[in-house]
Amino acid sequence: MSNIPADLKYASTHEWVRDEGDGTFTIGITEHAQDLLGDMVFVELPEVGDKVSVGDDVAVAESVKAASDIYAPISGEVIAINEDLEDAPENVNNDPYGDGWLFRIKAEDSGELGNLLDADAYEASIDED
Amino acid sequence: MGSRTPLYDAHVEAGAKMVDFHGWDMPLNYGSQIEEHHAVRRSCGMFDVSHMTIVDVAGQQAQAFLRYLLVNDVAKLKTEGKAQYTSMLNEQGGVIDDLIVYHFSDTSYRLVVNSATRERDLGWIEKVAADFDVTINERDDMAMIAVQGPESEAKLNAVLSSEDFATIEGMKPFLGKQVGDLFIATTGYTGEKGYEIIVPAEQVNDLWKQLIAADVAPCGLGARDTLRLEAGMNLYGQDMDESVTPLESNMGWSVAFEPTDRDFIGRQALEQQKQAGHHKLVGLVMEDKGVLRHGLKVIVDGGEGVITSGTFSPSLGFSIAMARVPANVGDTAQVEMRKKQVTVKVVKPAFVRNGQSVL
Repeated sequence: MSNIPADLKYASTHEWVRDEGDGTFTIGITEHAQDLLGDMVFVELPEVGDKVSVGDDVAVAESVKAASDIYAPISGEVIAINEDLEDAPENVNNDPYGDGWLFRIKAEDSGELGNLLDADAYEASIDED
Repeated sequence: MGSRTPLYDAHVEAGAKMVDFHGWDMPLNYGSQIEEHHAVRRSCGMFDVSHMTIVDVAGQQAQAFLRYLLVNDVAKLKTEGKAQYTSMLNEQGGVIDDLIVYHFSDTSYRLVVNSATRERDLGWIEKVAADFDVTINERDDMAMIAVQGPESEAKLNAVLSSEDFATIEGMKPFLGKQVGDLFIATTGYTGEKGYEIIVPAEQVNDLWKQLIAADVAPCGLGARDTLRLEAGMNLYGQDMDESVTPLESNMGWSVAFEPTDRDFIGRQALEQQKQAGHHKLVGLVMEDKGVLRHGLKVIVDGGEGVITSGTFSPSLGFSIAMARVPANVGDTAQVEMRKKQVTVKVVKPAFVRNGQSVL
């Protein structure tokens, strides 16, 4: 069974969101998503300062198998990106909820978080796949 | 549920991610296909290739039959156990399958063909064989393991009895030898030194376990694909099929037009195509970020082609591909990638051999 931490929120498109408690949110892809994609070879990230809206394709995870768009799960400004992934894209496979994080957003409206799935709902959504 | 090789349970036990491969449940990887790739380039890895089809051909006319069936000339094989890369074509010159033929004597040969084309191959072989004094015997009592990588000889030394190992020690490439119940050949699909071992199905699990105990890394189809592509080896159904000829598939070297009085199926079509000109299969290299993928359009001076196989090369750290393009292609081409056009280098379709870049 895939690891789906209960303290995170999820988008049905397999991004996770961690509330850092200061109006910023860290985003990555789930263990289930990295497992589907296989070994990561490149990760294209947005630029710090980019303004993004929910549903925008803001990053690309390219694995041995396929290139997959990553969508912004919340709106706001990108305030940090995980530059280590440039040299170590495999962090997304090995530690998807930790060292494999992708970018951090300063939310425009943290109320948007309510539209995301909790761990149980996300688990149910991937069971349907 | 698909067909299973005798090693199916061993794969599941080892944590393999199993996928359907042309009707067979096969391991895609056992965790990381990139680590498996590196194991083969740097030390030693092994693949369950029991899904491949082994066909023994015997009889007074075995040589005459294979000289007619296959594009390469088995009469060139003089040494017992000598292997040859070849293919069989339809009358239009289209590739029914590529295969390895082993020569035991002029009346006894062994073919190893792809699993994806098993039914088509066996039907075709039987049909052509009807006019010859030969018997065709599919060896589904056999399993097969490919042991590949620079340390593969040392690994076999660890697994075989010293007596058995002595019979294959230092064996030159592209030879096969019967060693007790095992048929051990210095062939492979990775561009590394290595062996393909045909073993009675009931013994394959023991051999697999012994190799695991000798620290040989089990490798899945994912690594098999990146390794063969780096080595510039074709994958049937992707880089060639019945709609193209060997000349369009970088396999012209394996077509024996000499002697001119040897007729083989597809010969006439190939001679006509040689005269008329044809597309060719080239290698592409892209050092920018991104991965070249099967099916992408390739734009060259005066025409366009298509990527037949593309991947990220774990050994090189950038993307490589094979593409079928017009013959007058220059040193570069354009590939239409996601939202952009990228310039790529055009090279001979071989990228890595024996652990080293050949670019």
